[in-house]
Amino acid sequence: MDRLLDIRDLRIEAHAADGWHEIVKGVDLTVARGEIVGLIGESGAGKSTLGLAAMGYVKAGLRIAGGSIRFDGQELVGAPESALRSLRGRRIAYVAQSSAAAFNPAWRLIDQHCEGPVKHGVMPRAQAQDEAVKLYREMRLPDPGQIGFRYPHQVSGGQLQRAMTAMAMACRPDLIIFDEPTTALDVTTQIEVLAAIRDAVRDHDTAAIYITHDLAVVAQMADRVKVLLKGSEVEEAPTREMLARPREDYTRSLWAVREFRPSPRGPIPDEKPILSVENVSASYGALQVLKDVSFSVPRGRTVAVVGESGSGKSTTARVIMGLLAPTRGGVVFEGQPLVAHSRQRPRDLQRRVQMIHQMADTALNPWHRVRDVIGRPLEFFLGLRGKAKEARIHELLAEIELEPAQFIGRLPGELSGGQKQRLCIARALAANPDFIICDEVTSALDQLVAEGILRLLDRLQRDKGLSYLFITHDLATVRSIADEVVVMQKGEVVEQGPKDRMFTPPHHPYTELLLSSVPEMDPDWLTRLLEQRRAGAAGGQAGADARGAAA
Amino acid sequence: MPRHLTLLRTAPLSAKLALALIAVYAVTALFAPWLAPFPESEIVGPKYLPWAAPHWLGTDALGRDVLSRLIHGARNTVGIALATTVLAFLLGAATGLLAATVGGWFDTIASRVVDVLMAIPSLIFALLILTITGTSVIALVLVIAVLDSTRVFRLSRAVAQGILTMDYIEVARMRGEGLGWIVRREVLPNAAAPLIAEFGLRFCFVFLFISALSFLGLGLQPPTADWGSMVRDSAKLISFANFSSWQAATFGLAPLLPAGAIAILTVAVNMVVDWVLHVSSGLRD
Repeated sequence: MDRLLDIRDLRIEAHAADGWHEIVKGVDLTVARGEIVGLIGESGAGKSTLGLAAMGYVKAGLRIAGGSIRFDGQELVGAPESALRSLRGRRIAYVAQSSAAAFNPAWRLIDQHCEGPVKHGVMPRAQAQDEAVKLYREMRLPDPGQIGFRYPHQVSGGQLQRAMTAMAMACRPDLIIFDEPTTALDVTTQIEVLAAIRDAVRDHDTAAIYITHDLAVVAQMADRVKVLLKGSEVEEAPTREMLARPREDYTRSLWAVREFRPSPRGPIPDEKPILSVENVSASYGALQVLKDVSFSVPRGRTVAVVGESGSGKSTTARVIMGLLAPTRGGVVFEGQPLVAHSRQRPRDLQRRVQMIHQMADTALNPWHRVRDVIGRPLEFFLGLRGKAKEARIHELLAEIELEPAQFIGRLPGELSGGQKQRLCIARALAANPDFIICDEVTSALDQLVAEGILRLLDRLQRDKGLSYLFITHDLATVRSIADEVVVMQKGEVVEQGPKDRMFTPPHHPYTELLLSSVPEMDPDWLTRLLEQRRAGAAGGQAGADARGAAA
Repeated sequence: MPRHLTLLRTAPLSAKLALALIAVYAVTALFAPWLAPFPESEIVGPKYLPWAAPHWLGTDALGRDVLSRLIHGARNTVGIALATTVLAFLLGAATGLLAATVGGWFDTIASRVVDVLMAIPSLIFALLILTITGTSVIALVLVIAVLDSTRVFRLSRAVAQGILTMDYIEVARMRGEGLGWIVRREVLPNAAAPLIAEFGLRFCFVFLFISALSFLGLGLQPPTADWGSMVRDSAKLISFANFSSWQAATFGLAPLLPAGAIAILTVAVNMVVDWVLHVSSGLRD
């Protein structure tokens, strides 16, 4: 086999206050020409570090401590910077997770696209521009001739991610490193990006390293998969073999969230719903974001609100919390209509309805210690002081499975992502609420950590009879924890009902689209789905047919 | 407190040195009357004496002891600059953070008032006001503090606006926290780092501003010793400096003494500020 990239016993160290620590511990990685290798693992597994090292690059504060990286016979460890620069972008390209952050907002897409080929002397500007349009077409971007003349903020997230892939291919590189290119996208957009990336890479016979934490995605993309854990290799096998017969327990545990089921339900204690949203319309200025939204949450149950970004899920939460006043309709809590503004609500009501945010990072004040974060609602709502407060903080920390003595004095910066989210849960619990809105609480977390959070929420629901409104775009999460599902699109509820009914056909067309877009473990899933959709579209309209043929 | 002590122990050499220097200035300013060998504004000998006992740094144009005036100047200059900067920060940061948090008409009015104040060149504005109020120390401190607080207002308002978009502010608002809590406990700690950096810079600017006013005759009035006016008084000596012998050379160095005192304090304050910023950004990561 012709080895394009050959990494041997690579060791990378990170600098910390007390010296250097190894974060990549002797990993081997080979990529043949035209092969796609998937790297999976939790955050902190060293996936991205390894991916960047394939370009001979390490981030500031890191150093290569040993091993070798050979790209097409050339040793990259210790190679002069000028030699590396002539490789990067030219023969090895990189696609980052957040294309919105990776594009320079002040330049048009095509200017940024042509910079690489022109700088590296691959082709003159005019030719690079023609090539760019060709690549945009291959990436199935709408209006490929013109889209390059837009600025990054003028195209959608999925389009930007595809433009970035096109940019990576501008110099016809031998190897592209994809670092979680679809993690930040909705399921429906993810499909398009995945299909475009896969076809483009195969058509040009480019080798790729595909980094992700989603096994189902990697199953669609990679020929071979390597699983990493804390900087060491767990196992490596061809994709189909690993999916059929994972050898290690850790690999099997990566499936865990898909198997999680909530604890069995007793009868609903009270027929009256704890909260109902009644005919709510709301707008930001002139832009209407909610149209006549109605649903209710039964006591002690979990209702999941599903939809893409922009569907109005989070706005609904803001209306319930009293941060945005509805233009029509209202929210009823325990049979009483809620005042539109949270400021005017009685304190007891503020206490009973709590919310947990998506990004625990921004939901915790970086200067408040764990003690203060949990202590404040105790003091504010329940009037606890001194010893009683301290004791309750310890109880709550034990409840969210963090060792009180160890964590009580820490700042949020000294916690991991999962621990931060647990802390946010404890803060909500401190108020003794009856109803909690969970706004995408697991979507920023790794699957294993997310599963821990779901288990915790489930146990708390069982012990305390809490009711949840669970906002998410991840249907795997919905399947595992929801009792009822509300599907939203463009500010409207398109379908709602008990979970079992929602997951069995027939569906509303939009629900169908959402459901069918969730990647499955089957490596043939994407190919099959695209064929199905193409067949469906070909029957309907000639235009879609022509587009399919062009691609 | 032990946490702060460990922090101090792990401080880099530059910060320790700077803290020591600031301590020396503080002691000098506090105990000036006891440290100075001669009174502040008494003529104690012939004018322009070279550096020799008992006048270790010579005498000035009127025959006053330069060392004593430098020591007294520490009290006047540093004291007034510090009082002014602290006042400017209390005023500017409080209104800036409030304007950002409250928003609405309060923000609009406060911002426009600040715009108007900033539109007038501050030296000319200060001259105008001081001509009306007279040049008492209190008037000087108040006028400069108000003028400087406009810059602090701008900065703290901009910083706070960034912080106010964070989810933890929303959490506090949903909890029903009052304005005081949100400004003091949620916004202020996160705005502290840029404000401290600005403090170091402002402190030095106030020095220069007072010197400029003194130069124009509207700052501290003679015979009070302050470093700014001492620089001005002795500046012309540079042109007569003669470096052929040690005795003659000291004569030309006279203006460098108060200037050096200002420069060293400025550098020391900024070194400490840098260190504080480094520590606070480290906590955030």
